[in-house]
Order: sequence, then C-alpha cells, then structure tokens
Amino acid sequence: MHVPDGFLDAPTSVATGAVAAIAVGVALRKAKGELDDRTAPLAGLVAAFVFAAQMINFPVGAGTSGHLMGGALAAVLVGPWTAVLCLSTVLLVQGLLMADGGLTALGTNIVLIGLVTTAVGWGVFALLRAVLPKRIGVVAPVAAVAAYLSVPAAALVFTGLFAVGGTAPVENGAVLTAMLGWHLVIGLGEAAVTFVVVGAVVAARPDLVHGARGLRRPSRATAAEEVTA
Amino acid sequence: MSATEHRTTDGAERVAGRRVSTRTLYVVLLVVALAVAGVVSYWASGHPDGLEFVAEETGFLGSAEDSATSGSPFADYQTTGVDGWLSGAIPGVLGTLLVLLVAGGAAWVVRRRGADRG
Repeated sequence: MHVPDGFLDAPTSVATGAVAAIAVGVALRKAKGELDDRTAPLAGLVAAFVFAAQMINFPVGAGTSGHLMGGALAAVLVGPWTAVLCLSTVLLVQGLLMADGGLTALGTNIVLIGLVTTAVGWGVFALLRAVLPKRIGVVAPVAAVAAYLSVPAAALVFTGLFAVGGTAPVENGAVLTAMLGWHLVIGLGEAAVTFVVVGAVVAARPDLVHGARGLRRPSRATAAEEVTA
Repeated sequence: MSATEHRTTDGAERVAGRRVSTRTLYVVLLVVALAVAGVVSYWASGHPDGLEFVAEETGFLGSAEDSATSGSPFADYQTTGVDGWLSGAIPGVLGTLLVLLVAGGAAWVVRRRGADRG
C-alpha cells in the first residue's frame, strides 16, 4: 500500500507528515517501556523481517497482489510503540533507497502502514486478549485476527485521505469499494504470515514476546508455579 | 545452544520457559529475513499491489509522480547494471541489514538500562 508522490495534494501530505513526525517522537519516548537489553535486538530483527517480507508480493487474483504490512505482527512481538519505530524505519529505507513509496508521501505511508496497522492491530489484539482465557495459546490466533482487520482499516484510512486530498477527480465511492474489497482479501495473507511468525516466536521464547506478557503456559513449570502460588 | 547462560536461579525466568537460547532465536530470525529478502523475493508476484491496482482501475494511477529517489541504484528493488537474481538480492540484503541497524540501534538507544542481563 505504499503511496507514491502525487496521489495526495500538498496540504494533506504536510498534515500526514506532521502526524507521522509527532507519532515517531512520542514512540521514541514510549518505546523505552517496551525495550530492555534482551528485546532491543529483537526490535531490530522484527523491523528487518518486516522489510524482507514486504518484498514478497503474493498474488490475490485478477492481476493484483498484496504484501505484509506488519504493524500487528511487530506490535504483538515487540510492543506497539516499538512497532511504530520499526515500521517507520522500514518505510524510510524503502523511500530513500528503493523509491518504494514517495518522499513527500513518507508521512502518509508512516500513518497508513506504520500507525494505522499498528494501532488497529494492537487495539484488536489487546481487546481480544482481555476477554479470552489468559493462556499463551491465544496469542498467535488473536494476532492473526488483529492483523487481518488492520489491513482493511489502512485501506479505509487511505480512502479517507484520498477523499480529502486526492489530486485526481475520481468518485470516492468507487475508490472505497475497490480499496475495501481488495484489502479484505489481502488481509488473509497478512493474517497467515502474522500467525506463523508470532506462533513460531511464541513457541520458542514466549518470555520475549510483548503480547504474551502475563499469560500462562500450559507446562509443568507453570503448574508448579500455580501450586506454590 | 547457549541456553545454560539463561538458566539462572531466577524462578520467573525458568517458569517462562526457554526452549531455545536468545542468541539462537536471533540468528534464526536474521537468517530467515535475509533469505526472504535475498532469495524468496525472486519469486514475488510482479502484479501491482492492491492500491496500485485500484488506482489503475478507478483512474487515478496517472496522478502518481516519480519519487525524487527514482534514480537510486536500488530503485524498485533492482540493482542498476546487474541482471538476474542478484539484481534483486542485493537491495534485499542491504535493505534488511540497514533496517536492522537503524531500528535495532534506535531500540538499543532508547531501551531501559540495567534492568536485565543479556
């Protein structure tokens, strides 16, 4: 969903740029609470993985493709504020070196791919986690559901930005229908990748996963802890 | 596997369950990221993504402008002057490492100090 230069007018791009700059500034301060000596390297690796995964466009039919956005995946693994930093780094490198996403559109892309997918992904994840059993097994499936919903959410926000600041005279309803329709399909890929990656890290080292904090593992050690607790 | 270094007397850490060492997990993640960016990317779909497809279909793709960095040697994930698989692998691997350094570096700078041993 990398927005190129030219799709949105200057005022809209300035506004999204300001929102992105403020969000990154806040994230730099808030991420401290999510990062320690062990999880800081994980944040770098999650960002690197998201960059790599975004290169993999998977076909979704009719000559269209999609790729991971990664906000939900990163938020569950390393925390939402750190996820904003991870995704912003990915988008900065893509825009500067690969010309993937415009430079005047960098703020727009940070808002859509960095903020919206992270906020919706983490919001849905936290909500579902709160109402489901506090077990480690819920993390990957719940992350997948959150990842799925984060994709049409970003498509909706793009449509909103386009309605406000789109430079081409295109009917908003047509953009809304097409964006939502395609991204409801692309979201399935987002959910699948998120399920596999989060599931693998949770299986290996649940203690490092931000979204697994405070959850129980079905193991002898946990059972012993419960007995002594 | 250097899991022993983590098997401290700290009960909370043992309860959390460490099936692989931190170092093993991080090396595996890095290798997977590099393999995805450097190798798997060769087979990525060349079709336009959702936004580009919608832009074409509904008629606003023409409003796109070339990025100021479109002359970059790695523009569109292809290396200028290099053909074949390597052309996409170079920006993939370089980009992955650069993102790792920048994001990992930022995370390292802002982290809580001294709260935990590595």
